[in-house]
Amino acid sequence: MADSGSGPAVLMIRGGTVIDATGERTADVLVRQGRVEAVDADLATPRGATVLEADGCVVVPGLVDLHTHLRQPGREESETVETGARAASLGGFTAVVAMPNTEPAIDSAEAVRNVLELGAKTTAEVAVAGAITVGRNGERLAPLGEMAEAGVTLFTDDGAGVQSAGLMRRAFEYAGGLGVTLAQHCEDGSLAGGGAMHEGAWSSRLGIPGMPAEAEEVMVARDIALARATRGRIHFLHLSTAGSVDLVRRAKSDGLAVTAEAAPHHFTLTDACTAGYDPVFRVNPPLRPQADVDAVKAGLADGTIDAIATDHAPHAPELKDLPFDQAPPGMLGLQTALSLALTELDMPIQRILALLSWQPAAIVRLDPAHGGGQGGPIEPGSVANLCVIDPVATWTVDPAALASRSRNSPFGGRTLRGRVRHTVFRGEPVVVDTEVQR
Amino acid sequence: MSPFPTHLLSMDDLDADGIIEVLEVADSFAEVGRRANPKVPTLRGRTVATLFFEDSTRTRMSFETAAKRMSADVLSFAAGSSSVKKGESLRDTVETIEAIGIDAVIIRHASSGVPARVAGWVDHCSVINAGDGWHQHPTQALLDLYTVRQALGGGDVGLARFEGLRVAIVGDIRHSRVARSQITAYAALGAEVTLVAPATLLPPSLEGWPVAAVGHDLDAVLATADVVSLLRVQQERGSGEFVPSLREYTAGFGLTVRRAALLRKDAVILHPGPIVRGVEIASDVAELPAALITEQVSNGVAIRMAVLFLLLGQATREGALHG
Repeated sequence: MADSGSGPAVLMIRGGTVIDATGERTADVLVRQGRVEAVDADLATPRGATVLEADGCVVVPGLVDLHTHLRQPGREESETVETGARAASLGGFTAVVAMPNTEPAIDSAEAVRNVLELGAKTTAEVAVAGAITVGRNGERLAPLGEMAEAGVTLFTDDGAGVQSAGLMRRAFEYAGGLGVTLAQHCEDGSLAGGGAMHEGAWSSRLGIPGMPAEAEEVMVARDIALARATRGRIHFLHLSTAGSVDLVRRAKSDGLAVTAEAAPHHFTLTDACTAGYDPVFRVNPPLRPQADVDAVKAGLADGTIDAIATDHAPHAPELKDLPFDQAPPGMLGLQTALSLALTELDMPIQRILALLSWQPAAIVRLDPAHGGGQGGPIEPGSVANLCVIDPVATWTVDPAALASRSRNSPFGGRTLRGRVRHTVFRGEPVVVDTEVQR
Repeated sequence: MSPFPTHLLSMDDLDADGIIEVLEVADSFAEVGRRANPKVPTLRGRTVATLFFEDSTRTRMSFETAAKRMSADVLSFAAGSSSVKKGESLRDTVETIEAIGIDAVIIRHASSGVPARVAGWVDHCSVINAGDGWHQHPTQALLDLYTVRQALGGGDVGLARFEGLRVAIVGDIRHSRVARSQITAYAALGAEVTLVAPATLLPPSLEGWPVAAVGHDLDAVLATADVVSLLRVQQERGSGEFVPSLREYTAGFGLTVRRAALLRKDAVILHPGPIVRGVEIASDVAELPAALITEQVSNGVAIRMAVLFLLLGQATREGALHG
């Protein structure tokens, strides 16, 4: 995986502050043949090197998104692997994990390989999550071993949770034998069924069928119990309620192999956004009240939540022009995630980068410890997956100007702080001065 | 007094003054309805479209009758027989209808919020919500107020009696757009609203609702109520998931003959229709003089004339001056 890139042979990132898991220092970064060659103050620029200016910027390991819907195969009118990867690069991501809820679902080694092949031609590393059950139907186990052989480390029926506790227990046992990780979209269908937003004061007033917080929490609790019983490993996707954060906090303090992610919209938007019935605010799990938003932020701050993941979910405009309860749930996220974190989270930038880069890289095993080239640290010999961020630049989100094929960003018109200036993928400058290069 | 709104999407669009204005204008249109030739030229040259994505013969007929009595041209757009079936989006449908040149669009839809979305898309026509999902049905609430005011003595006398009036709304409030509109409307005029329902048929949250009390004992509430407003038990939700059976519902929450005897002498009974006799109301109770179900239907036309007039009439007067 960590081979050299196809970009210019020599790249100089000049004048920035390097931040990675090891700390922070003012340094230039010299890249040669896809790898970092030197990290030091005032490096001489070799003749013929491509120079990326990083004055006033931070130079960090490329971001890693654990949760991206690339919609290919089956929904190419909404997104493709190529357009999604382009959005990822513009958002500072050098790796994304493609979710398996495509049409058909990614539930076989062949389907995995098809997406990996498409991903190999793009501007980011595209890893693939495989389905836990055949067709994501929740009825019988998909060939996890065959998919693991093809490189899958993370399995999920995302879009839905595995409803049967018995089947989930078998999945835990089987995955343990393979050394792979299960990831759950926690939503109990019998509680959430038919709901289109968070059940509470707003859903009651608006007359929209609701999904109670408990629909998420009972499945988090169930899977923690199963992880305990099977000594299994579980990653919780897009936690959205205070109760879920508490359950994960306790499971971690009990020493269970539990990790969790949160999506930017769950720490920036509340269910009050739904008041105008605009389906751009429909998402699963749904936007929650402020107390839950605060709990997610607290979970990010205290380490309960390990990663910020976008849940980038493109839907073509005509699908989002439907009545609220008929429009498909999901929001764009790749190009706004970093800026939202920098704007809304009161945390040191290194902690935010941990949530966006090296911690998710470790969860999906794309980090150097597992033989991958994602998540840094930025040191001689490491694969040059880098992101250069201007942490104080502001910009205003224009959904029509995003690289995605779709426009369903709920952040249109918002002015955010922090902007990706350059992105380097395996030594190739794929984004230069906020413009994607291919 | 604040100006009458551009659209009528929810009872929240009207304050107490706005409600009173509708009721007073409806008085004069009710008089029109009693004439041998119940037709006035008020909206001549204006075009009103009904856009019903959900079946409702009663409400549609009421609106169309109201528009025709005011000499408006009426376009009747049934979603089932239109290009919607061919996959046309809601937005395209609305923009097409507006391009034909209409002044008001009256919308009913099974999804909450559709009239509000449509109001955001149109440029120059008024949007009237004729019922959206579980959300709102404002003209139903207005005609209920009108009917109650009539029963309380009519005019300013009737209006004054809303202050402190004890209104019980009984039945499936959770899934009811009528209840959501009624509660706001009654409370705006100073009435004390009590909800009576099995706990499963209440909304998940009543936070911010102008409700005086919530009860599960209908007998106790009936003894003091001035107005009993029943809601239809929607058969599709009538058993299994929300209540064990219709029989059990009727035993606990139906207005049976025995219960009707508990009512105060001057109490009135309302129901938005269609009624399911023997479930939420006994057949004999529906025939009592206290049951104003027929009055509600005839008042509905006058109320809808008033709403159309207040939304469109101003421009019409100006047009008449310059035309």
